Amino acid sequence: MSEINLNTYAQNTWCPGCGNFAILNAIKTVLKSLAEEGLPMENVVLVSGIGCHAKIVDYINANSFYSIHGRVVPPAEGIKLSNPNLKVIGFAGDGDAYGEGIEHLIFAAKRNIDITMIIHNNRVYGLTTGQYTPTSPLGFKGRSTPQGVREAPINPLEVMLSSGATFLARGTSHGIEGLKKIFKEAIAHKGFSLVDVLQVCVTYFNMYEYYDKKVYELQGHNSADYNAALAKIREWDYNNDAPIALGVLYKKEAPTFEERFLKPKVSTDRQAKINQFLKEAM
Amino acid sequence: MKEFSILIGGKAGFGIDKASSIIARILNQLNYRIYIYRDYPSLIRGGHTFSIIRASTDKIATHREKIDFLLALNQDTLNFHKNRLKDSSLLLYDPEAVKPDNLPANTKTIPVSISKIIKEESASEIMRNTCIVGSFCKSAGVTWEILETVLKKAIGKDIDLNLKIARRGFDAINEQLKIEPLNQQNLPILAGNEALGLGLIKAGLGSYIAYPMTPSSGILHFMADMAEDFGLTVIHPESEISVILMALGFAYAGEKAAVGTSGGGFCLMNEGLSFAAMAELPVVIVMGQRPGPSTGLPTYTSQTELNFVINAGQGEFPRLVVAPGDAEEAYYWSAMALNIAWKYQIPAIILTDKTLAEGIYNFDLSSAGEAKEEPLPLWNGNAGYKRYLVSETGVSPLAFVPKKDSVIKINSYEHDESGITTEDAAITKTMQEKRLRKKEYLMQELDKYSLVKVYGKKEADSAIICWGSNKGVCIEAAEILGLKVVMPAVLWPLPVKQLQDAVRGVKNLICVENNATGQLAELIKPYGVNVNSRVLKCDGRPFSVDELEKKLRNLIK
Repeated sequence: MSEINLNTYAQNTWCPGCGNFAILNAIKTVLKSLAEEGLPMENVVLVSGIGCHAKIVDYINANSFYSIHGRVVPPAEGIKLSNPNLKVIGFAGDGDAYGEGIEHLIFAAKRNIDITMIIHNNRVYGLTTGQYTPTSPLGFKGRSTPQGVREAPINPLEVMLSSGATFLARGTSHGIEGLKKIFKEAIAHKGFSLVDVLQVCVTYFNMYEYYDKKVYELQGHNSADYNAALAKIREWDYNNDAPIALGVLYKKEAPTFEERFLKPKVSTDRQAKINQFLKEAM
Repeated sequence: MKEFSILIGGKAGFGIDKASSIIARILNQLNYRIYIYRDYPSLIRGGHTFSIIRASTDKIATHREKIDFLLALNQDTLNFHKNRLKDSSLLLYDPEAVKPDNLPANTKTIPVSISKIIKEESASEIMRNTCIVGSFCKSAGVTWEILETVLKKAIGKDIDLNLKIARRGFDAINEQLKIEPLNQQNLPILAGNEALGLGLIKAGLGSYIAYPMTPSSGILHFMADMAEDFGLTVIHPESEISVILMALGFAYAGEKAAVGTSGGGFCLMNEGLSFAAMAELPVVIVMGQRPGPSTGLPTYTSQTELNFVINAGQGEFPRLVVAPGDAEEAYYWSAMALNIAWKYQIPAIILTDKTLAEGIYNFDLSSAGEAKEEPLPLWNGNAGYKRYLVSETGVSPLAFVPKKDSVIKINSYEHDESGITTEDAAITKTMQEKRLRKKEYLMQELDKYSLVKVYGKKEADSAIICWGSNKGVCIEAAEILGLKVVMPAVLWPLPVKQLQDAVRGVKNLICVENNATGQLAELIKPYGVNVNSRVLKCDGRPFSVDELEKKLRNLIK
């Protein structure tokens, strides 16, 4: 089988050194390997929001739904519900997923709908040129908070765990091999999966050096144990100066929304049924 | 009697809706044509709620101010509505709850010991409604057999006890008059929302997505009840923002979706509306109007969102706005809206209001016009697929995921034919013109249909122009006064030519609208269609025939 071509003619406009390249290369590798394993590429749908992250769909020659800011999850859910055979992969920034669109993320986790969300979490607004996001550390000096942000960040993985997500993982844009592994596992997971990628914005919040010092690969962690997962997720709260665990933090099998929800589509003579309904309404 | 009206009232929680629906079904068995006006406050228990069930030999779509029967389960009902009593009206009441003071001289007062009966039968309070329905039937000369048949069909829980209570109410009084059965076929009784839902279903709806909001929640409930029968996916997500974006996800995968809301929810949908236009993803939005601004009067009626739906969403793009006037039109135009949304890949808005959405009508399928699923402009599979192929009509061929050897990209950014983001000046212009071109072709197609209806005395000098749920009341008032009625069923693109033709020769044009400014009157003014006077009502209540007749009479001397 010849290798599929996932390139497009769109000119890449990310800054040199942008952490998004690692996500792009990792997901392309994963899609290729899924294709080699027999997944028809037409069954893949990529969804993105608005922000630097979102350009990823222009750079991959696959079905895509380039949505609006904060709204990656609802169309991804609609697409999945319409056809559960589709592999729906959403890409969102931290402003997009954890700010403007967090309600959707919480509900998707609550439903355990079988979609994968990959969060390009650079902890700064890039495309709007450097404002704080929901995961920027306390005191972060952005263009809307020149004196330093006065609110602590949320821990998105803790929010997701308590909302009912059944697959949670973290990677960094300095660890492309790790990303490939995690993305593949997340996509294979049946249920709502989210990968928080510490994706570095070299222009507005260059954290490479800091992350390189702090990250470690999870070893001997029981990802099926909710309390162990919670402890690992709480170890670093996106604000304190703690070690940052990478890898699969939580994984659980549970019924998905579409399984619980969808019945096989019935094809019926609608006119006959309407007539019957009207007769009963006499 | 050619026509008569029954008002039943009490507190929310008394089962007023159920009782009025049973009365309507009973009168339907006698082959009367029915309309029910429902008036209820925004609360769950208490307050004052009432329904006016109007029955007529002719098809009707509005209520009257005056009533022939008043069924009072509490004092409020009598106090609030005794001004509706006529000389010959009958008052049925529970003497333990109602003191019939200061009534019009010749009102016939008939006490029914409802509370006593309920106590003796150890029945629940809510069955007082069954008891008074039983008494109503006896007073109006309706046979026990008809009442029994309808109750058995309409009541699932405690039917035996309900029948007993109804029988005691029936036996407690004497016949006062005799409503004669009519010699015509009876028709189904539907809420406007249900007729609208059936139209969408008939035209191939696959999924319905909504967040509850009066007056459109009825569609959500109806679709959820119908889901299994018709194989629909019905979802109630976290917000209206999610609602419309989910619907666009369904559309991308080729499934026809509709959403429903009211003004506040539509505010939240605006970013999705504009996105639908840019991405050329079809979506049908049911916009049920109620008085605003903001929360306003959630359970009452208005026609205040015409300007809003025509102008909503950033950017310039084509859209369809239809405003059905009764149950048949709700069925027909909903199907049309779904077909047009998909053929032209544009947003289509069905503008209703509380009066139409929750009003109960006789529905005549045979006069509604044919609703069917139209074929889609599908891609022929030749050459590489381009989601936004530039064409003469502006319409690009459709393909849906998963499509073998094809890549289907939709985009909220300006994009090229393949759906890849662009900021190129020439492509931007081409694509903007492509999208707008769809409006020209849509107008050409629409012009083949009758978009502006004319009713009443067609050669009259004086005419009413109205839209939406005012159709029924305007036609009735016009027939009394010898006026013509002009009613556009499509409001955007505005059917200018048909409108101009319809008002040609009219010397006195009066607009009738449930708003404070005359939004339709303003919309048509730039096209040389000038109204001479405006009959406006902005108190949340629909016009009754009597009220409108009186107001119009002053304007047509």
